[in-house]
Amino acid sequence: MKVLVTVKRVIDYNVKVRVKSDNTDVDLANVKMAINPFCEIAVEEAVRLKEAGTATEIVAVSMGPKAAQEQLRTALALGADRAIHVETDEVLESLTVAKMLAKIVDEEKPGLVVMGKQAIDSDNNQTGQMLAALSGMPQGTFASELKVEGEKALVTREVDGGLQTVALNMPAIVTTDLRLNEPRYASLPNIMKAKRKPLETKTPADLGVEVSARTKLLKVEPPAERSAGIKVDSVEQLVEKLKNEAKVI
Amino acid sequence: MAILVIAEHDNSVLKGATLNAVTAASQMGDDIHVLVAGSSAQAVADAAAKVSGVAKVLLADDAAYEHQLAENVSLLVAELGKDYSHVVAPATTNGKNTLPRVAALLDVAQVSDIIRVESADTFVRPIYAGNAIATVQALDAIKVITVRTTGFDAAAAEGGSAAVEAVAGSHDAAISAFVGEEVAVSDRPELTSAPVIVSGGRGMGNGENFGMLEKVADKLGAAVGASRAAVDAGFVPNDMQVGQTGKIVAPDLYIAVGISGAIQHLAGMKDSKVIVAINKDEEAPIFQVADYGLVADLFEVMPQLEAQL
Repeated sequence: MKVLVTVKRVIDYNVKVRVKSDNTDVDLANVKMAINPFCEIAVEEAVRLKEAGTATEIVAVSMGPKAAQEQLRTALALGADRAIHVETDEVLESLTVAKMLAKIVDEEKPGLVVMGKQAIDSDNNQTGQMLAALSGMPQGTFASELKVEGEKALVTREVDGGLQTVALNMPAIVTTDLRLNEPRYASLPNIMKAKRKPLETKTPADLGVEVSARTKLLKVEPPAERSAGIKVDSVEQLVEKLKNEAKVI
Repeated sequence: MAILVIAEHDNSVLKGATLNAVTAASQMGDDIHVLVAGSSAQAVADAAAKVSGVAKVLLADDAAYEHQLAENVSLLVAELGKDYSHVVAPATTNGKNTLPRVAALLDVAQVSDIIRVESADTFVRPIYAGNAIATVQALDAIKVITVRTTGFDAAAAEGGSAAVEAVAGSHDAAISAFVGEEVAVSDRPELTSAPVIVSGGRGMGNGENFGMLEKVADKLGAAVGASRAAVDAGFVPNDMQVGQTGKIVAPDLYIAVGISGAIQHLAGMKDSKVIVAINKDEEAPIFQVADYGLVADLFEVMPQLEAQL
């Protein structure tokens, strides 16, 4: 079975983002970029499926500017067999990404698509579900466990009330939550080897998808700052303040 | 054109998140219809009909919708949604699971997790874990929106008298099935609607120590939450996680115990009205957002706090 994994190049999760002074967007100039943490979990899950003998080939896909190839090389170093880069400098919305992925799914015919549940930049949590709809596949979103049994994928999902398990006919889409696995680090030999693994470049036009904007970003502002309050010395003082000053208990 | 709000429910009870979504919808337009997709969910439809500001309730009652499987519900919502200007759902795990699928079927964008409505087509939403706030205009004819419940007051659960209309037919994609669930049962209020939350982090040391938080929570009528670190460490289950990718909360009082305050955690709770931080590390970032900070050993402080409430 072939597994398709997607990786997005985003700001490193440790970096605190700053808003541009003209409020047009966030400032990503000279900011450390990395593979989206949820995508990293997706790659790890695919690699584990291959190690378990369930998957035979892992194809990693990314979309965006040329620099996104760095993240594809990371995926290759972690264990993906080959990569596809859809190169464009245009802003890609979830729906456009899902449409391009649907074309790639048509060509590659994977048994499973494993994706991060959301990217930590736009925090949209959309693309996996949209791809599932466009490809007519079932979806196991926010997965904390994945088992493949015959023609079905059993996915345990983290939901508001606790955990839910669904059985999906394959091909299916799984989006990863934090506790699905703990991603490994790429070893130096694997990083070197990844440089020689195949990386194919395509354009949106190759896939027959027009990059269109369905939303317009009007402005981006910093959030209202919360200022630090006071330190209290004792539990007595804390309870007194909560009762008489904040009046919340 | 009217606005379709997707009800959050468990086939017997209409969940509070629906009320926040109705308020958000009322700021986009005034003809609000609520869709209850479920199985044997008449009681939910009856409750939705009483919600203030709701003009009509659509009840799609079919076994295919019993477990809110996105594959089935999205087909229903996409078919109904064609006749609406907006399709709105609370940003619960159900809403997040189903609505993007609906948007793709309708070939429109989704605007996720809005915290404010500027106009019928312009919405405000946090990005980058709440470190930036974006104002976004949706250009498609049908706006598909998920609503962060903490951004909107709940509509009154009583006062309306909408008609309930049955939706005929069934959409069963027959590509997915519900297998089972482990649902946490608690007498405490739900995390997302509790007026007070007591949350524990890695500093709690183990799951048993959360008992100390529960005792304080019981005195305050509070819910108990946790940071990602505490959930990852296996102290408590995932449904207690507060943060960027867990639950977003904004109670009147949030007491963070043994939580350092990573930006991903702050993203889930910094809109709380009053924040208390209890941590023995006075450099912990949580103190930068806390109204009241107590630098102390939580194992000494929590029993004292319980005794004094």
